Order: sequence, then structure tokens, then C-alpha cells
Amino acid sequence: MIPIAYPLSLAAILFIIGIIGFLLRKNAIVIFMCLELMFNAANLVFITFSNYYQLIDGQVFVVFVMTVAAAEVAVGLALMVAIFRTKHSIDIDQMNSLKG
Amino acid sequence: MTLNDFYSILPAVILIFSALVLLLADLWLSKHTKVVTPMLAVLGLIASIAASILFTGNVENGFGGFILVDGFSRFLVPLFAVTGIFAIGMAYDYLTRMGIQRGEYYSLLLFSVSGMMLMASAGDLVIIFLSLELLSIPLYILSGFAAPKAHSEESALKYFLLGTFASGFFLFGAAFLFGAAATTNLNGIVEAVTSGSANSTFLIIGSGLLLAGFSFKVAAVPFHGWTPDVYHGAPAPVSAFMSVGAKAAGFAVLIRVFSLIFPSLAEQYTPIFWGLAALTMLVGNVVAIAQINLKRMLAYSSIAHAGYILMAFVPFGDAAIRANSVASALFYLAGYALGSLGAWAVVIGMEKEDNQGTEINDLAGLGKRSPLMAAAMTVFMLSFTGIPLTLGFWGKFYLFRTAIEGGFISLAVIGLLTSLVSAFYYLRVVVKMYFQEGDSKFHWNFWTAAVAVFSALVIVVLSFIPGSLFDLAVKALLTGS
Repeated sequence: MIPIAYPLSLAAILFIIGIIGFLLRKNAIVIFMCLELMFNAANLVFITFSNYYQLIDGQVFVVFVMTVAAAEVAVGLALMVAIFRTKHSIDIDQMNSLKG
Repeated sequence: MTLNDFYSILPAVILIFSALVLLLADLWLSKHTKVVTPMLAVLGLIASIAASILFTGNVENGFGGFILVDGFSRFLVPLFAVTGIFAIGMAYDYLTRMGIQRGEYYSLLLFSVSGMMLMASAGDLVIIFLSLELLSIPLYILSGFAAPKAHSEESALKYFLLGTFASGFFLFGAAFLFGAAATTNLNGIVEAVTSGSANSTFLIIGSGLLLAGFSFKVAAVPFHGWTPDVYHGAPAPVSAFMSVGAKAAGFAVLIRVFSLIFPSLAEQYTPIFWGLAALTMLVGNVVAIAQINLKRMLAYSSIAHAGYILMAFVPFGDAAIRANSVASALFYLAGYALGSLGAWAVVIGMEKEDNQGTEINDLAGLGKRSPLMAAAMTVFMLSFTGIPLTLGFWGKFYLFRTAIEGGFISLAVIGLLTSLVSAFYYLRVVVKMYFQEGDSKFHWNFWTAAVAVFSALVIVVLSFIPGSLFDLAVKALLTGS
């Protein structure tokens, strides 16, 4: 069996790449992809522990996460389409109408 | 599924069912009968309160520990439903005036309230995650409800991206908690922690990430950046609902998770909560001074109040005080909820069709033109400041007392000083209303005004009998079941 540290490190790396991408990228779609990366890093941790303890709980959790992520995609992409219609851009640097 | 399981989630089930009925009913209603939709929604909420009082009496948990029905959830479930009713009451006229009277508002609101209810009674990380999303996804849509207005869409996108970011943290934390305790059940985690079988490294990583995720939800500094923009851009009734409901739900989970697993981690987490609370109080109150827009001021004020509530988490390590600190957090939450909903109702009445009219300067002369609303606003501002003998004062009194009993005198001093700072911007509102001339107009609508007046009345009444609400909160304590 692969030592548990390997998949956990991979998940941590994916999670950190997600965070860095979220903070640095400007395109809302790419930011959203980084968020998905964070979710899937968490899924990997669940699967790892699920396998390690030989428990089904973690895998069930992953199914829920994937379902919810799909619902979020639906709402998120709809929002981005609406914004693209108004502003003709989904660059978050142009999201500056709210200031005070 | 036994009958008990069903009863344990009955309030949320009723809401989801009425939300679905609303979606259908709205299709068949003509333009002139649209007023039926909010009425049906309120009926659903009332039925849900009734169910939570009548049917959960002897239910302790449902679905094998996935749902916990205890004093804590019995205290919060009706609070969320009342928040929902208020959010509908102040929305109807506003939505009509802004030209966004769409039936989806009410069903999305009901979905979100049902998520909050499930969150307050969640006994498993899976349920916390699902209810968190059930609460948040409708709120993302509601923030963008005034589309195609750019500021509303922008607020929705910001809330969506940062809310999902926070969910990512929560999820990663939950995965590590699962890894630490080999179960996702909260009571199972507690057992693993107390028996010492939990892996402490994973436990600390997991709970830390969980804390970061929920700090976003309750808008604690340094995770507060989204709050002013989102509250400013979203339709005002939605901001009112978010500032109370989403925050209370976030605190519900924080209290539930941390009061359960905190004792063994007190050493690591007391300083972290201390820092979070102090920073949130300081930043929230100081930045609020510079705001000229009422919505943004209320947003920073909501951040500051989150700081006061976080204060209740600091002495959690001390078993003797834990009970009182939970009670004082719930008490403060209830007082804050009333004040915030009422203050937002006044802002809603002030907002014009072009979204202007929400600057603090626009309040000038309100004391003469709408004496009732100005009086209500004065009550909210005084209560927020914590002027002695108001509800806000008692809330702070209980919080500071537990902090001092726990030996965190410096934190209580910070709380006291920041309250003094907050007096500056809260009282400025009062001064503006009564001592300056202006031609501000309150768009009179019975239901909007009723929300404001009712909240003000409840605050005044409870100010005289704070003990009874506090007793209610004490009864809501986690019994460790």
C-alpha cells in the first residue's frame, strides 16, 4: 500500500495551487476552476482516509461533494453569463462599481 | 426512516415543501394576485415554527445522530424562521418599487432558511456541508436578484466566489477531521478526542481549516473583505437577511463544533480566538467610522458585532464558564438580529428607485418627517452602541462578564473601548436624524414600517426583562447529548 503521506501531500499541493490561483488569477472562470481544484483536493483526502480506515463514510461524503459542486457550477456559470451580458467581460479587476 | 427521524427535520421539510409549492403557484398567479406568494411563504414559515415547537418536544436526534434536536437547535430554528418572516415583510414593497417583484425571491428565501435550520441541528460533518450549501447557494442567487443592475451582479459574483472559497476551506478541514477521528459524526469525533484515539495533528489542521471557513461566513477579520461590497450591492432585504441569518448559522456551527471538541484543544485555540475577536472588534468599529453609506456602515457594524460574539469563544476551555459563554453568545445574537433587521428595514424605506438615498447624510431631517421611523432607528443605534439598559448593553454585559470570569480582562477592555468608538458612528446617525435639516423621505409601507417598529418594540421590552431571554438562552445550552 502507498504510504498515506503521499496522497495527503498531493492533496495539500493541489489545495495550495487552488488557493494561489484563486488569489492571483483575474478571469472569473479560471478562479472558479481553482475553487474546483480545492474541492477535489478535499475529495482526495476523504478518499485517502476512507481507504486507510477501510470505511465507506469518506467515499459517501465525496459523492455529496461532487453533487453540490455541480449545483454550484450551475449557479456560478449562470452568474458569469449574466455579468458578461452587462459588462462584456468577466475580468474581476473590472468588478469595481462597489466602493466606499 | 422512523417517525422520529421525520419529526427531527420537520421544520425544514415544511419549508422546502412550501418553497416548491411557491415555485409552482407563482406560475399561475396573475400580476394582480402576486401578493399571494409572500403570504404563502409566511404561512410556510409560521407552520415551520409551529412544527418546531409542537413536534420536536421528545425527539433527541434523528437519522442515527445526523440530526441533533436539543435546546440549542430549538432556540435557533424559530429565530431563523422569524428572520425569514421579517425578510419577507420588508421585501414586498421594496421589490415592487425596484421593479424586481419575482416570485423566486420567496422560494429561494425559504430554501435558504431551511438550510439554516438544518445547520443549527446538524450532528454530522456531511449535514453541516450540505446545509451550508443549501443556505449559501440561494443566497448567491438572491444577491444577484436585481440583475441586470451591475452592482447587484457584482455583489453576487463576489459572494459566490468567496463563499465557495470558504466552503473549500471547510471541506478540506472536514476531510482532516474525518482523518483524525475515522468518523464524520460530531459525537463520534468527540469520543475519539476524549478517548485519545484521534490523531492530534490531523485534528488541529482540520479544526483550523474549519475555523477559517466559518470565519468567512460570520465575517470575522481577516476574512471579512467581502462583507461591505456584498451588503452594499445586494438588494437591501437580502443583505438584511444575510447579515442576520447567515451569520447566526455560521455561529451555530462554530459553537456546536468548538464547544464539543474545544476542551482538548483549548491551549491551541484560546489565543487564536482571542486574536480573532480583538481584531474583528477593532477593525470593524474603526473602519465603520469612515463610512458615509448606511449600508456599508451596517456591514462594518455587523463585522464588529461578530467580534463581540467571538469573544464568547475565548473562555471555552474553562468548563465552569462554557455554559454561560454559549448562553451569552446566543443572547447577543438574538439582540443583534433584532437590531440589524430593524435598521435594515429603515434603510429599505430610505432607498430610492435609483438605489440612491442610503447615504448617512440622506437621513437628515428624518426625525421631523417620519418621527416613528426615526425613533425606531434611534432604538437600534442605541442598542448597537450598548448604551446602558438597552438590549445591546445587556448582551455586551453578559459577554464581558464571561470574558472577565475566564481571566481575559484585556479582551473585555478592548471590547469596552471599541464600544466607545462605535458610539461615534452610531450616535452620528441619531444626530443627523434629529438635529439637521433635510428633505429625506421614508417610503412608507405598512409592512416595512411594521418590521422596524416591531423590532424596536421587542428591543425595548426585552431591555427591561433581559433575564428572561437569558434564561431561555441558558436553557438552550448544549447538554452534551
